[in-house]
Amino acid sequence: MNQYIPILIFTLIAISFPIITLLLAKLVRSGSPNAVKAEPYECGVKMPTTAYDTRFSIRYYLIAVLFVVFDVETIFLFPWAVMFDKLALFGFIEMVVFLAILLVGYIYAWRRGALEWA
Amino acid sequence: MWADAIVTLIKLAVVIGVLLTTVPIMVWVERRGSALIQDRLGPNRVGPWGLLQPVVDAVKLITKENLIPDGVDHFLYILAPFIALAVALSTFIVVPFGQGDGLTLFGSKIHGFIVAPDLNIGILYIFALAAFGVYSIVIAGWSSNNKYSLLGGIRSSSQMISYELAMTISVVGVLMASSSFRLDQVVMAQTGTWLGFIPKWNVFPQIIGAITFMVAAFAETNRLPFDLPEAEAELVAGYHTEYSSMKFASFFMAEYINLVTSSALIVLLFFGGWTLPGLTIPHGWAGAILSLVIFAAKVAFFLWFFVWIRWTLPRFRFDQLMALGWKVMIPLAVVNFLWVGVAMALGIL
Repeated sequence: MNQYIPILIFTLIAISFPIITLLLAKLVRSGSPNAVKAEPYECGVKMPTTAYDTRFSIRYYLIAVLFVVFDVETIFLFPWAVMFDKLALFGFIEMVVFLAILLVGYIYAWRRGALEWA
Repeated sequence: MWADAIVTLIKLAVVIGVLLTTVPIMVWVERRGSALIQDRLGPNRVGPWGLLQPVVDAVKLITKENLIPDGVDHFLYILAPFIALAVALSTFIVVPFGQGDGLTLFGSKIHGFIVAPDLNIGILYIFALAAFGVYSIVIAGWSSNNKYSLLGGIRSSSQMISYELAMTISVVGVLMASSSFRLDQVVMAQTGTWLGFIPKWNVFPQIIGAITFMVAAFAETNRLPFDLPEAEAELVAGYHTEYSSMKFASFFMAEYINLVTSSALIVLLFFGGWTLPGLTIPHGWAGAILSLVIFAAKVAFFLWFFVWIRWTLPRFRFDQLMALGWKVMIPLAVVNFLWVGVAMALGIL
């Protein structure tokens, strides 16, 4: 448990640093807000809708789903990689089998156009 | 016990101090370096060679008016720069920055120049925390109530998760070669030479992994040629369009701290950390200082490399970026660790 104490201290410092700087800035800075300054950045025309109505491509969701699939794969790879010299050839063949199964999914996603962006 | 605590606190102070002084220096290097490459002068009025320019910039940023536009989600809007800076600062804790075993200070062992010496998850800790960085960008883009911010935030999250895959897979080969998550042992595994003159750095057997890792590092830190989240010609400033004053400065600082961490990781994982071919670093304080200097020099080179690339390559188009990430980088990273596996099984490495 002792090994995590520096992390705890560092995390506390890392959290308090932005708080301190933001509070410090609050003390020093000037401010004279008015209605025009508070408008969202645009080319001088007031936006008829809010940003939450802005449409964006469905592909972003697809990328997020694919990420989850392949990120789980890398989590499997990490402990295997560290133990690799002990697992020797058998471990390597096992990982090749695992990757082959994953490759099927990767090729499927590619062939179905999930990786295309157009 | 108390001596241990004091040593840890000194190391913490050094790490934070170095990080926070590297940021203004890096800003200066970036601006002067850009000027050098573009055949301009750059900032040269404040202090010798304009060295005090970042200090003046900081004073300016801290005294700027803080504009919060109508319609923002207040809590998330303030949380975003906060997460960005806190995450950027806390990743550096498991990075070893020199050889310091066997040294003592106030009768307490130093355990190497690393803040958390006994943490056996090492690089996993960095990846776990760096993944949090995506949240700050998504939250900033979402809470700003501005379409440029939103598009920048979404683009950025897509880009970062895509390249995170390539980045983590390209590290697998290094972990196989060193059998440890701990970065000081990764460096230890890279000491010595092959055939008497090629340094045992991971970059030589794993050149593909090194290249994919570096490209992914550019994408993760949102640097050119992958700076689509803030492509200024299309998105004004991307996710931090609506941020001003110290909140903008927080994003700015986080970006540069991430740059330092990325450069340190490139050096540690692929370029042998503080080792040099044909040089045995002696024990004791002289060796410790020598290793610090070598490490700092290598990190400085990669920091300059980031600036250099910025003014050398044009920006990618978003579909090209995604195609590169998913169709080229991930297969290459897998090929890299399969090659390391075959080579280790055959006893070449």
